[in-house]
Amino acid sequence: MSSLYLARNPRVAARSLDGEMMIMSGRDSTLFTLNQTATILWKSADGSTPLQVIVEREICPAYEVEASEALRDAETLARELAGHGILRISEQPIVPENPAGGESR
Amino acid sequence: MPQLIPEVEHYSLVIEIGNMPVRVNTGDREFLRILENRYAGYVTSAKNAEIEFDVELAAPGNADPDAEVHVAQQNGKWSLTRGDFRAEWEPAKRRGWIRQTPNPFSIDAVLRIVHTLVLAKQGGFLVHAASAIRNGKAFIFAGVSEAGKTTISRLAPPDVTLLTDEISYVRRRDDGYVAFGTPFTGELAKLGENVSAPIAALYLLAKGRENRIEPVPAGEAARCLLANLLFFAEDEELVQATFYAAFEFVKRVSVSRLTFVPDARVWELIR
Repeated sequence: MSSLYLARNPRVAARSLDGEMMIMSGRDSTLFTLNQTATILWKSADGSTPLQVIVEREICPAYEVEASEALRDAETLARELAGHGILRISEQPIVPENPAGGESR
Repeated sequence: MPQLIPEVEHYSLVIEIGNMPVRVNTGDREFLRILENRYAGYVTSAKNAEIEFDVELAAPGNADPDAEVHVAQQNGKWSLTRGDFRAEWEPAKRRGWIRQTPNPFSIDAVLRIVHTLVLAKQGGFLVHAASAIRNGKAFIFAGVSEAGKTTISRLAPPDVTLLTDEISYVRRRDDGYVAFGTPFTGELAKLGENVSAPIAALYLLAKGRENRIEPVPAGEAARCLLANLLFFAEDEELVQATFYAAFEFVKRVSVSRLTFVPDARVWELIR
């Protein structure tokens, strides 16, 4: 099982509008629009659910893809989002820095 | 005992933009005149300014007004710097200072920055947009340079009151938003009227072969609005506040794309 955990970075601002998830970096004001898979990762990034579980529960049923391939792609995407400061990733469960931050309204 | 300390003259005026009076103190009568001319229509007799700036004038030098602006907060003080000015503002004390040469452009930049900082905390913003009032309603025309802000302002019929051809001032009020006139001008070089009205619509400008108004999906509306907002501060809290302010705005105000040919008939669509 993948031991990767994801958490939203509370230092970004996030809003969903008409199904589009938009995120702005508080660090440099860069605006990101997430695709559907990235949106799933963002919404599921509670710090305590392993990425593999997120993929099995949320991504595989939605896209009818093989679990191992979906997990590989999801890991790549999660690391990319972490590189932009949108998500935090760790091989241990992540304690939220600020439960109210990084809202997914 | 003879008076050893020469008396220094102090001059001051209050510039009120968007219902926010800012007092400017200077020891230079000529600079005061420059400001009175620059902000004609926005100089008020308000006694209780929300912010007070002391301006210290430096001799003209090689200051670069095109240099990058830096705005940062530390220990409750905002520091504002550009090639042609340095300024500091302490919101808790409502006071600050500006060091610049005797020109109206540096203080203009300081005022814009300070207004964006204040508005961000209140759900409002400054946006690259022309705006105008017609039939008691304000309309905002947003767009980047060359999108048509000055053109649509020039084409406005006599019953339209222009608020600005360049930088629109938006405040949150009750369930909606209000646009105020600003002295921040673009190519038209004409100060907006110092009046306000509830905002009825935001139009994203595009030049085309016909006049038409089309709906814009909410996500695109938010993206376009964010792209046109003035924001300077390297401050996470204010970046987030501005982001949410843009989303609240597009939830509450009609946003459309206005494609227009450069003639006065476009105003037949704006009512």
